[in-house]
Amino acid sequence: MSLVLENIVLKSGADIVIDTVSLTLRRGVMNVLLGPTLAGKTTLMRLMAGLDRPSAGRLLLDDKDVTGIPVRKRSVAMVYQQFVNYPNLTVFENIASPLRVARLPAAEVESRVRHAAALLRLEPLLQRMPAELSGGQQQRTAIARALVKRADLVLLDEPLANLDYKLREELREQLPPIFAESNAILVYATTEPTEALLLGGETATVWQGRVTQHGPTSEIYRSPLNIAAARVFSDPPLNELAVEKRGGAVITAAGRQLPAAGVLAGLPDGHYRLGFRCDDVTLGGDGTGFPGTVSVTELSGSESFVHVDVGTGIWVCLVRGVHDWQPGAPAEVSVDMHRVFVFDIAGNLVTGRS
Amino acid sequence: MRSVLAPRISLVIYLCMLMLPVYWLINLSLRTNTDIMAGMALWPHHPTLDKYRAIFADPTWVHAFGVSLSYVAINTVISVTVALPAAYAFNRYRFVGDKHLFFWLFTNLMAPSAVFALPFFNLFYAVGLFDTVWAVALAHCLFNVPLAVWILEGFVGGVPREIDETAAIDGYSFPRFFIRLFLPLIANGIGVTAFFCFMFSWVEQLLATTLTSSNALPFAAVMTRSYSASGMDWSLLAAAGVLTMVPGAVVIWFVRNHIAKGFALGRV
Repeated sequence: MSLVLENIVLKSGADIVIDTVSLTLRRGVMNVLLGPTLAGKTTLMRLMAGLDRPSAGRLLLDDKDVTGIPVRKRSVAMVYQQFVNYPNLTVFENIASPLRVARLPAAEVESRVRHAAALLRLEPLLQRMPAELSGGQQQRTAIARALVKRADLVLLDEPLANLDYKLREELREQLPPIFAESNAILVYATTEPTEALLLGGETATVWQGRVTQHGPTSEIYRSPLNIAAARVFSDPPLNELAVEKRGGAVITAAGRQLPAAGVLAGLPDGHYRLGFRCDDVTLGGDGTGFPGTVSVTELSGSESFVHVDVGTGIWVCLVRGVHDWQPGAPAEVSVDMHRVFVFDIAGNLVTGRS
Repeated sequence: MRSVLAPRISLVIYLCMLMLPVYWLINLSLRTNTDIMAGMALWPHHPTLDKYRAIFADPTWVHAFGVSLSYVAINTVISVTVALPAAYAFNRYRFVGDKHLFFWLFTNLMAPSAVFALPFFNLFYAVGLFDTVWAVALAHCLFNVPLAVWILEGFVGGVPREIDETAAIDGYSFPRFFIRLFLPLIANGIGVTAFFCFMFSWVEQLLATTLTSSNALPFAAVMTRSYSASGMDWSLLAAAGVLTMVPGAVVIWFVRNHIAKGFALGRV
């Protein structure tokens, strides 16, 4: 019971928008598509829904080929990032719309709509028009419409991105259990690594029209298979350093020599790219770290993200508490060599954190 | 004080200048011919509705009024009905030559309608539509369809594509989606378009008079034939003129809200 994408390719003129994507999305699991804006998440969802036809490849729903079946004939529900409702119908009729088309008996429509409205706390608003609702209420209406249909495939395209912070937190907690009940194949697109981690389930990291890695969300976070997946799954951005290992030492692009400690010790000689997250580095040290200057400090409540220019690039360091580092101030960054990911020149993982 | 008064005074002056010809027409229509020839009067000293009564009592006038209203109504219905799917297609789909075709529609508006009077006359005569309201209604599509497509395309563009897609996902068939969901969304646009079609068809005279002879003579054509041996019946013509403005005023009254929104939203 699953949705299978088999070597899906989408071309637009000479451009390859989606490049040979193969994915298996299972029922009853939250399938997260994680990737930056324009990575191809929405395009993938449109292909899954049948709104667009792939240039090559097959789409199998529960082992049945649905590639050429138009969207009207499929059992799909979709929630867009922008709140899409029918402006000329009441909230009740908006939610009931797919059921009315399916010509369900009035009593059944009524009970399903009431049930969905109760789950999404829309009951007092059922007779309003969409224009009279707040953004969060409009999006809850769209979600309710996706829910009542009991579709096999439910696509949520960054459904919370346009909502304010509080509502986003609240809905993010409510959505997974609501949809888990429906036994649909759930696909959820997001740009935020933290959102993917909170949703759990399985994640496919999307980068430039390709799926770079697919598997249980926490596993991808802990051991990304390639630098693209690691970049997609790091917020703030992944800190990177190009090095060459020669004998017992590693040499950076800037010509610094370091002892090959931690995960670097067992590597054969050659060129590598090191990637590490902001919580794998510490600010300050005993003089053996990387010297640099502070470029920006971002305060986020109990933590500060200090951006340090170390000459070869800008690294982000997580520091507990609120610190007001002035831009231009000298700083030293120490990297825990036991916690870096080592990628080869092609970007594939060689060895991960020990 | 000055800042409030100055715009108001200029507005009043502007409106007076706009309304002057209309007022003068009404003024003339309420006076007798002898009174009109006797000299200028700023308002009718002995107002009379005699000429209006004369028009309503004369079957030629009444028939002509009905003819004009019929072809205008038929034309408006045809233009809007034909233009709706066209506007949707031009906005939503990409097809070979779409932009050229869209522009080509406009070239129809660039030629004076007199150019088409002869071919239309010959064509409609050949197919037996000459001197019917259908001839005029169809001929007016020449300029009203492109206009309607152009206005409606702007309104179609104002509806997000995601609404179309959501309807498809919900399972709506295309015709059902178009009629039940889409048309109500562009109701203002349809109102505005209908108004413009009505207006342009109502004021067009050249094609209307060329394509008719006696049965389907439009109102304005009857006006031009109302010279008599005794000369021009000023008062009667003025009354007929006032009557030609009535349908336009009525239509504006009914679609005024649509038009206000339409001007704000769309491409008018």
